[in-house]
Amino acid sequence: MASSLDREVKKLPTLRGRTVVNLFYESSTRTLASFELAAKRLSADTMSLRSSGSSADKGESLRDTASTLSAYDPDVIVVRHPSIGAAGLVARYTGASVVNAGDGKHQHPTQALLDLYAMEKALGRLEGLHVAIVGDALHSRVARSLVQALVLVGARSTLIGPPTLVPRSFEALGCSTSNDIRDLAEADVVYVLRMQQERMSPGEAFIPSLREYTALYGITQERVLPGQVVMHPGPMNRGVEIDARVADSGAALVSDQVRAGLVVRMAVLYDVLTTAAAHEQVVAEVAQWSLH
Amino acid sequence: MVSPLMLFSRNGRGDSLTLEGRVLAPAQGIDECLRITVTDGVIAAIEPAAASALVIAPAFVDPHVHLRTPGREDEETLRSGTEAAAAGGYCAILAMPNTEPVVDTAAVLGALIELARAEAVVPTGFMAAISKSQGGEELTEMAELAFVGAAAFTDDGKPVVSAGLMRRALQYSALAGRPLALHCEEPALSRGGHAHEGRVSAEIGLGPYPSTAESLMVERDLALAAAEERPLHLMHLSARESVGALRRARNEGIPATAEVTPHHLCLTDEAVRSLDPNFKMNPPLRSEDDRRVLIDALRDGVIPAVATDHAPHARHEKDVPFEDAPFGVTGLETSFAALHTYLVLPGELTLETLLERMSTGPARAFGLAEPRIETGARANLVALDLEAEWEVTEDGFRSLSANSWLLGNTLRGRVVRTVADGREVFVA
Repeated sequence: MASSLDREVKKLPTLRGRTVVNLFYESSTRTLASFELAAKRLSADTMSLRSSGSSADKGESLRDTASTLSAYDPDVIVVRHPSIGAAGLVARYTGASVVNAGDGKHQHPTQALLDLYAMEKALGRLEGLHVAIVGDALHSRVARSLVQALVLVGARSTLIGPPTLVPRSFEALGCSTSNDIRDLAEADVVYVLRMQQERMSPGEAFIPSLREYTALYGITQERVLPGQVVMHPGPMNRGVEIDARVADSGAALVSDQVRAGLVVRMAVLYDVLTTAAAHEQVVAEVAQWSLH
Repeated sequence: MVSPLMLFSRNGRGDSLTLEGRVLAPAQGIDECLRITVTDGVIAAIEPAAASALVIAPAFVDPHVHLRTPGREDEETLRSGTEAAAAGGYCAILAMPNTEPVVDTAAVLGALIELARAEAVVPTGFMAAISKSQGGEELTEMAELAFVGAAAFTDDGKPVVSAGLMRRALQYSALAGRPLALHCEEPALSRGGHAHEGRVSAEIGLGPYPSTAESLMVERDLALAAAEERPLHLMHLSARESVGALRRARNEGIPATAEVTPHHLCLTDEAVRSLDPNFKMNPPLRSEDDRRVLIDALRDGVIPAVATDHAPHARHEKDVPFEDAPFGVTGLETSFAALHTYLVLPGELTLETLLERMSTGPARAFGLAEPRIETGARANLVALDLEAEWEVTEDGFRSLSANSWLLGNTLRGRVVRTVADGREVFVA
């Protein structure tokens, strides 16, 4: 599938006649765009619904929206929702396969898959890699999925950030934690998390200021060692968690990640729709992807 | 000034019946096979009988029930809630005032009492709010509320955030002659919290609700109670730190009582991994370490009462993602069976201790008449079949709601007959 991206005619007929619905309750650029494009590249019919302008605006419950969409017999529903477990809930009320495109602070499995894909492309291996994940892990579904994915492929990870955003209890996920940015030095990959200011309600500042955060944990050229690659799930806050010079440098894999997102989501849709026998299992795994 | 009546029901004259079995009344030291004859609601005779599979015990008392009336009669009514209590073996329950409107005036309380006299099949007491509208700012008219029949005072569902108001409430409650029952939660620590802060909340990403959110408030309220020399009752304790504070306070002679729920005794936050909203309650399910401390405290009497915190919710309100669901689970109809299955049968707790903590313990904590098995006493009896196995199913409840954490579980031990205030209110 990756090679199809380089052809002049990029469309594959694989999923002709299939229907993929993207149900997005949160704003999204790359996840929505890549799922939509992935479905189109595989010749599936696709439809994207956002919560604003839909019946969710009128107070329709997630359960009812799931049932309503299911009446159109889609083959796949891709769900992005601000609540933990939303994709799992949709899966209970539809016969379609459900792909979790991010459920609150819980999981973002296709992001982790595309990150692994981009890492392997860039570094030639996954096993034995050491990934430093820097920033707001507490509020990050990307961090939760990535740490668990790295465990599965035999890589290790260290979460680095202030104690308020990187609690020690995260070590239960199978990673190390650190409050010292200098621990970056041991890593092959520097994975920068977005400072998710919108997750912090007023009066609940997890850090005293972005200025101090940037001074302590911002990824600058000085902090990145030769040979390290830098990744970011986007959208980036340039000048906050990542310096523009790093983001635009040769070490940054950001656009490789975006491209990997398309390939991986094509693969996920293909896998979900063509492994009928393993259907139930795939739905369960993708919707509620975790180690447990 | 204080009303002698605290429990209200539609029960008039009592029934006449006989019950026969192994009579187990731990607080009275009774454990023998007996036949109990009840005439017009009063125990008329107690005679030796042949061995029997049934256990007869003083009926249960639940000091923490949400009857959702007035305001949410779609979730529970006085009739459905007390029928659920009857099925659970209860002869008395205390209802929480966090209704719509809040039970914070004599008028609202009086109307509820009238309703209970018409509808309640099990004697029901009503707690009134500590603060007007449970707003945490102004005290309710506690003396008048007690005169009308308030059983106790609580802002349950919400903490009394202001230490100043808490102190005044302790002082002023002396006029009411009724205890304060406290929901201990420091909102600055619990805000945004959906699960116990620990490994599970970190892994899933649920907002953390740390143990200190409860224990800090427990420590504060015990300190205030000690300074004011007033009794208080701590509701639904969940954290080991809270139990430690209570133990120290009781050793120092502070007249504090407490309760613990069946779900905090049987479950840990591992259950939250399912993201099933029927495992979402406030305070949250905590760690195995906390659970063990709660069981120990119930066993040795530092926590003298089991309370269900029966919290019915409409089906559609729980059929949403975990974080969007309201806190609370039902419990009236499953409490004995759950605790028998998960604590007594594995040997964590003796049957005698469980029976005492579900009946005499809560009655004493709130100054209610203790259900006793003796001639001349009003009959408050429960008959239990300890061998019966039954599955908890959504359509098996008398409660209007079915948000039970036990759905799908097979329990051993069943309430087969309940006599409350002399009336037979339940037969399986």
